[in-house]
This record gives sequence, C-alpha cells and structure tokens, in this order.
Amino acid sequence: MPQSHIMPGFRPALGFTLFYLALIVLIPLSAMLLKTLQLNLDQFCDILTSRRVLTSFQVSFGAALIAAAIAAVLGSVIAWCLVRYPFPGKKIFDALIDLPFALPTAVAGIVLATIYEPKGWIGKWVMEAIGVQIAYKPLGIVFALIFIGLPFVVRTIEPVLQEFDSAMEEAAASLGANRWQAFIEIILPNILPAAITGFALAFARGVGEYGSVIFIAGNMPYVSEIVPLLIITKLEQYDYAGATAIGLIMLVLSFVLLLLINGLQWWMRRRNGQL
Amino acid sequence: MSITLHKISKQFGTFKALDNINLEIPEGELVALLGPSGCGKTTLLRIIAGLEQADQGDVFLKGDNVTDQPVKNRQIGFVFQHYALFRHMTVFDNIAFGLRVKPRKQRPSEAQIRDKVHSLLQLVQLDWLHDRFPDQLSGGQRQRIALARALAVEPSVLLLDEPFGALDASVRKDLRLWLRHLHHELNVTSIFVTHDQEEAMEVSSQIVVLNHGKIEQKGTPSEIYDQPKSDFVSRFIGQTNVFHIEDDDHGWLKSTGIIVDDPKGIVAHVRPHNISVEKTADPANSPVYLKDWQHLGGTIRLELQRNGNHSPATTIYAEMPNEQFKELALQKGEHVTLRIKHAHWFN
Repeated sequence: MPQSHIMPGFRPALGFTLFYLALIVLIPLSAMLLKTLQLNLDQFCDILTSRRVLTSFQVSFGAALIAAAIAAVLGSVIAWCLVRYPFPGKKIFDALIDLPFALPTAVAGIVLATIYEPKGWIGKWVMEAIGVQIAYKPLGIVFALIFIGLPFVVRTIEPVLQEFDSAMEEAAASLGANRWQAFIEIILPNILPAAITGFALAFARGVGEYGSVIFIAGNMPYVSEIVPLLIITKLEQYDYAGATAIGLIMLVLSFVLLLLINGLQWWMRRRNGQL
Repeated sequence: MSITLHKISKQFGTFKALDNINLEIPEGELVALLGPSGCGKTTLLRIIAGLEQADQGDVFLKGDNVTDQPVKNRQIGFVFQHYALFRHMTVFDNIAFGLRVKPRKQRPSEAQIRDKVHSLLQLVQLDWLHDRFPDQLSGGQRQRIALARALAVEPSVLLLDEPFGALDASVRKDLRLWLRHLHHELNVTSIFVTHDQEEAMEVSSQIVVLNHGKIEQKGTPSEIYDQPKSDFVSRFIGQTNVFHIEDDDHGWLKSTGIIVDDPKGIVAHVRPHNISVEKTADPANSPVYLKDWQHLGGTIRLELQRNGNHSPATTIYAEMPNEQFKELALQKGEHVTLRIKHAHWFN
C-alpha cells in the first residue's frame, strides 16, 4: 500500500470490514445458496414458476414499490413542513416520526388492522364513504408498508432541506420565477437524490417486512400472500430447500432493484455536476 | 431607474434595524451603502429588492410605488453575498434561468437565449466556462457569473450585497475596477452594500453612510471624506486624529495652528495628511517625538508620541509623501514640531 492515506490503520480497518461482511453477510448468504443447491434445476424451476410463488412475488414487490413511492411523496411533504415552518408542538411531532422505527412491527400491524378493518374506526368510515376495504386486502399491505417506510424518507430528506441555501430560492424569485417554478427547477433537483435514497430504503425495508404485514394482509394465497410468509410456510412444512430457493430469488431481485436505484442516483448526480 | 425610499422603518424583535429612512437615488448612479456590521445596510437593500418587507414606509422605483410588489415583479437584479448560484445547473443554464422562466409569450427562443447568454459570458469574460458547474469555479468567477445571471433579465436596478466580501484581496481589487467600468458601460442604476470604506470610495459615485439604522450622511466620496457631517462619519471614513480641546493642553494645540481661542466645537478631527511635521529648533520644549513610521507605498505614515502636561501620552498619526520624508531625514526618537493645516470640528 502506498503511504498516501491520511487516516492511519487502513489495513486493520479493511480487515475488520471484510471479517464483518463475511461473518454477518456473506457466510449466511452462501449457506442459503448451498442449501438451495440441494435442489436440481427442474425442482428449482418448478418452485419458482408455481402460480402461488409468482403471485406472492407480485404482491410483495408491487406493494413495496407503491408504498415506497407514496412514502417518498408524503415523507418529502412532512420533511418540508418540519424544516420550513415553525408551529406549536413541532418537537413532539418530529419525535413521533421515529416511532415506527422503535415500535415492534407486530404491534403496528395489529393496531393498523384493528383501525382499518371493515368494522374498525377508519375502515368503517372508508367502507361507507367509498366502498373500499383496506385491511385484509392487498391495499392493507400498502398501508402497513407506508407506515414502516415513512421515517426512512423523512430522515433522509430533512438534513438536505436544512442545508438548502434559501438564497437560491430568493435568487430564482429575483430572476422572475414564480413559486412553482422555483420549486420545480431549484428545490426539487436539490432534494431528489435524497428522496430517492429514502425511497430505496423504504422499498428495501418494505420487501422484507413481515411482522406488521401478516396481521393486516389477510394472507390469502394468490391474493394477499407476501413472499416472506410463503417462506415461513415452507419452513413450517420442513421444506428448507424450497424456502431457501424462494429466499435466494428474493435476494437477487432486491439486489438488482437496489442496484438500478443506485444507478439512477449516480446518473442524476452526474447530470447535476456533483461527480 | 430612480429609486425613492420614503420613511422606511424595520424592526426585528426589539432591535430597530432601520429607523425612518428617506433616500433618493437618481437614475444611473452607482451608490454604496456603507456602514459597520449591524447598521441595517443589508436589510435596506433587501427591502428595495422586495426580499424583505418594511414595517413602515414605501419604496418607489421610477416613481411607481412597489411596496406591495413581490420581488419577481420589481425588475431588479440581485447579486447575493455568497452568489447563490444554482448548484445543479451549468454556468450556461444559470444565466439562462431568468430568460427561461419568463411567461411563454415573452420568452425568447432557445437560439436567442443562447446568443444572449454567450454575449453576457463575453461581457464578464468567462465564455470558456459555460459548461462548468458552480462548484468547479473560483470565488471571483462565481461572483462574475452571478452578476451575468442578474443582468440576463435586463434589470432596471442592480443590487449587490457585499459583492466582494468573500474574495481575497487581489481578486477584490481587480473586481472593484471591473465593476466600475461595467457600470460605465451599462449605466444601470446600481446599489452595493459594503462595510469597507476604501471599497466604497473607490467604486461608487455616491456614498450613503448608515449607522444604527439611520443615514448619517449622503454624498460623493470627496464630500464624505472632506466634509464629514458627523463625528461618526469622520471616524468611519479614513483615519483621523481626535483632539478634545477640554482634555488637551491649550497651549500646545495653539502652537500647532488650531485656533482654540474661538473653537467651532469641542472635538477636533484631523486627517493624518493635514498634519505637517517639521524639524524643531527647540527639542527641549517640544512634547512630540517620532516613535515609529510605516511605509505605505507613495506615502509614509508617522507614528508620533505626545507627552501631555496634564493628560496621558497619546499617539498622533501623520502622513507625508515619501520624498519629503527622505528630505527631512528624521530619526526615531527625534523631537518635532507639528502644524495642523485643517481640522473638522464637532460638538
């Protein structure tokens, strides 16, 4: 190693990083891969192309993408509100944002299911008003995942908005831009990378979410069954290889999607001259 | 475009930032708002721009009352202290911004925008930087791009907030002259805020001196320097020696040429170049000696120590041309005689 690093301890740090990655990430994941290899290719394909598995993938990834997108928009509005406007009780409101991080997700799931079920407080009202059932339907999954994903978006956008130089907005106004143009042309491009990071975090969390979803989803095969539940079901039937096969595909899909999101961010930074 | 401010007041909490400001700026002037930090000069500039609302008073641009008009309708160009360039846009897009956000009917075509941006870039002599991002520019370059961006919408008033504040000394000197020349070329009414009196003297055609939210004096640089209207202006603009005729020895002051029999005030302010230093014939009776001197280029600044009979020792600053100092051939510690040629009196 050339002596060009200012920080000492490059080797121990790298060693620790690799050791940690191996112990916590790579070894368990390769164990999963090995277990999957017990299946032959036909069996593997049979599992993956079964209608129940395919629909559960659709439900899981679809709900996570929709929920992350909604959370990204709502979270941006909330972060904007928290940073830009003074209002009474702001500190308490700010602290509430983190609650989904701390709450056991099963508790969140039960609470959400109770409120949004057809006879629950809000569920009843929505049912009567527009005839839509939220809990025990795929829509319920989206609701739970928004709840889980929101703090990721708020907490990634907040610091970016706090650092945003409001003189840029004033400059836009002095050049004749109206508020809408200033928002679209100046503010949005500056917070979009953070919003996408928040989106990616909310999405990754949503795909793997189990605790809160199973209480509100209804868990009907072919309709509202999520992939993590299917894995648990396989495990309960002692079909370990089948469970790991589904897990492996889920892992690969998530990885590819996160890679795509990172690529999108890289492209945006480059376009904005930040690379 | 002429600017008129009528009874402008602004308060931040209990702090009175501006107190009943009346000001008239004729078309085509290059005006400096000069004052120490916290005197309200930036607030006044922002009120003219419409970035801040006055608590009381009215702003007129070219005779029209624009007090309730938002900044985007005022046809002003504003250059921010830290430039406020759009970080995610290239230099070209930054300058084109003001043209592209115009309503569709008034918006020039892309080709016209391109011509306009390139001509502005040539004006600020930075055409070769058009595809860079603001983070890749030096401070002086950013400043000039910010100016080009403000000029793109052809403002009738140009407002600059501490335009050279964040730049290093040599870049600052160049940009000052450049701004002055640019103003001659464009002849757009311009106001800039500064706390640097030298900068105000060098660049502007009119100086407005502010202190504690009030206008102390308004005038050309030479009026401000040669006829300061208040004790504050005299101290703030250039260096000055302060003599209190009650504290200082009358006899000595009389010997220097200030007439104390019929004083026009109780405090005399004397500019260093208004003191002439001569060799003394009677060193024993002269209370003033040369303590030290500094080379300021064309002139020499003499640091003179005076031992008073009743008052504590004071330092007096005098300035004289380089050649004269060489002819005098004074030694450190040598006693001298002073002649005061001119003083400003205040009460």
